[in-house]
Amino acid sequence: MEKIFKRGESLYDVATHYCPGCGHGIAHRLVAEAVDSLGIREKTIGVAPVGCAVVAYDYWNFDCSEAAHGRALAVATGIKRVHPEKVVFTYQGDGDLAAIGTNETIHAANRGENLSVVFINNAVYGMTGGQLAPTTLLGQKTATSIEGRTKKAHGYPLKISEMLALLPGVCYIERVSLENPQEVLKAKRAIKQAFENQINNLGFSLVEVLSPCPTYWGLSPKESLDWIKLVMRKEFPLGRIK
Amino acid sequence: MAKTKVLLSGNEAIAQGAIQAGCTFYAGYPITPQNELIAYMAKYLPASGAVKGQAARVFIQAESELAAINMVYGASAAGARAMTSSSSPGISLKQEGISYLAGSQLPAVIVNIMRGGPGLGNIAPAQSDYFQATRGGGHGDYHVIVLAPASAQEAYDLTQSGFDLADKYRTPVMILGDGVLGQMMEPVKLSSRKIKTPPVKSWALCGCAGRKPNIAKSFFLREGALEEFNLKLQKNYQIIQQKEQRFEGLFLSDAKVILVAYGTMARIAKSAISQLRNAGKQVGLIRPISLWPFPERAFQIKNNRVKYLVLELSYGQMLQDVRLAVNGRQQVEFLGRSGGGILSQEQIIDKVKKIL
Ligand SMILES: Cc1ncc(C[n+]2csc(CCOP(=O)(O)OP(=O)(O)O)c2C)c(N)n1
Ligand code: SF4
Ligand SMILES: [Mg+2]
Repeated sequence: MEKIFKRGESLYDVATHYCPGCGHGIAHRLVAEAVDSLGIREKTIGVAPVGCAVVAYDYWNFDCSEAAHGRALAVATGIKRVHPEKVVFTYQGDGDLAAIGTNETIHAANRGENLSVVFINNAVYGMTGGQLAPTTLLGQKTATSIEGRTKKAHGYPLKISEMLALLPGVCYIERVSLENPQEVLKAKRAIKQAFENQINNLGFSLVEVLSPCPTYWGLSPKESLDWIKLVMRKEFPLGRIK
Repeated sequence: MAKTKVLLSGNEAIAQGAIQAGCTFYAGYPITPQNELIAYMAKYLPASGAVKGQAARVFIQAESELAAINMVYGASAAGARAMTSSSSPGISLKQEGISYLAGSQLPAVIVNIMRGGPGLGNIAPAQSDYFQATRGGGHGDYHVIVLAPASAQEAYDLTQSGFDLADKYRTPVMILGDGVLGQMMEPVKLSSRKIKTPPVKSWALCGCAGRKPNIAKSFFLREGALEEFNLKLQKNYQIIQQKEQRFEGLFLSDAKVILVAYGTMARIAKSAISQLRNAGKQVGLIRPISLWPFPERAFQIKNNRVKYLVLELSYGQMLQDVRLAVNGRQQVEFLGRSGGGILSQEQIIDKVKKIL
């Protein structure tokens, strides 16, 4: 029988440590597939976040660095400036990129660092037990917004992608979703685009991925996908932002 | 600039030393009293001669000290000789990053031109970050090598040694100075040698062509793995403690009172010693150059009647290391000021006369 689908070289054949229905595993695979389809595995350097994806390098078969919580884009800046001909990307959660690391995010984007960013928006802090994230929706219950997020107590969900789109150093921003296979394919194309932009020296590219966290949404994996489609996308509309 | 002597401030001498050492990446954030360092790097680093095996020399004014130290983490992980500089409050911000560098065994040079604290303190010279520098500074069981120059020339030379030590032991190295050292202009004899070529780093991130992926990380989740790693670090620290103690000794053979001081404080101590010697007083000096490892070897003095007088621009920080080194064998006295006041020769002389 002919094999028409197989694991690419950039993804290790290892058991997942993520919860059932988690989006991180899919996003890892999409990154690996984008790297393989561009034939850049041997010149790619990834920067893993602190968050549930802290050991992303246990899944990827290319050079990787850790970064302190929120500092991935500073670390990536250092790597890319030393190796301008390599392809350098960060993979970060919403707490990492849009709370503790907001400063590094905005300034790397504003310098127009020639980097690619995969931004996993799961509307919670997964790693630390499902607390309020900058992207948590109004009304959404978390470990630290027990009655649900309110404008008064917690402010609004932060649309960091739209904010970054204002910066001239940013060349490409797209919001995608992992809610169904069609959207996953779009997400894959967007991630590949972000890498291609870097290869073509176009500047800062970011793909925001709406990603399920069934564990801290208190939903089943299937319900989580529906929640992205029916609820999360209203606050975070899909498509090209820049 | 072969074999020339030039007039440089300590800050500039450190920057020029880094350039000579083959530093190809600098990121910093302005703060007094180290602003001459970042300005010198901005002006000269990108334009300095190429370093073999490195793409370019990069200067970045970062958005904060946090960003700067983490850029240094990335650049170091990528194989570059990387440096950042700041002063006390900025160094506090960098501590998380320094801990990550130590935990990832990444070399880097970090300069602290100390100012008065705690808090925003003031911009006067101080030595009050001694504990922070010599005890690791950030979280976790680690040390950084700490070198304390006392002149612009030594700042130039020690910065170069700093890069070599950082690469040799795969550890962050701190150059610890104060505002006087940073800003005082002095003649510096520049090296006539070619710019150094940093060693090839097999662990560096540069794309995994022809090898297994390299990972820069300080995370050890498997049971027992962190303890194993920490023991490895401790072994490295033991070797550093054996091999890298540095100090200057003056009149140690006949001294009845030995002043112990580093950096700018040691220079004032030297002036006091020459006055005291002229008056026939048998006074000597131990000037620690490496603060970590602390030069315990300097204190193996047999005569039990010798007294030490520790002088600091802080309130008894190095004093603790001297007491540990002396281990009760001899008397240890202390004189210090902190918060902007500098101990004068006269204050030192008065104190010595009381002890003698
Ligand atoms: C300086 C620091 N503060 C806090 C933490 C604890 N911490 C680890 S991950 C995390 C939040 C991660 O959330 P997110 O970035 O959204 O990633 P997710 O786990 O949801 O994928 C926090 C607060 C830390 N490791 N370091
Ligand atoms: S807590 Fe959420 S984000 Fe983390 S692994 Fe589980 S499902 Fe994924
Ligand atoms: Mg999250």
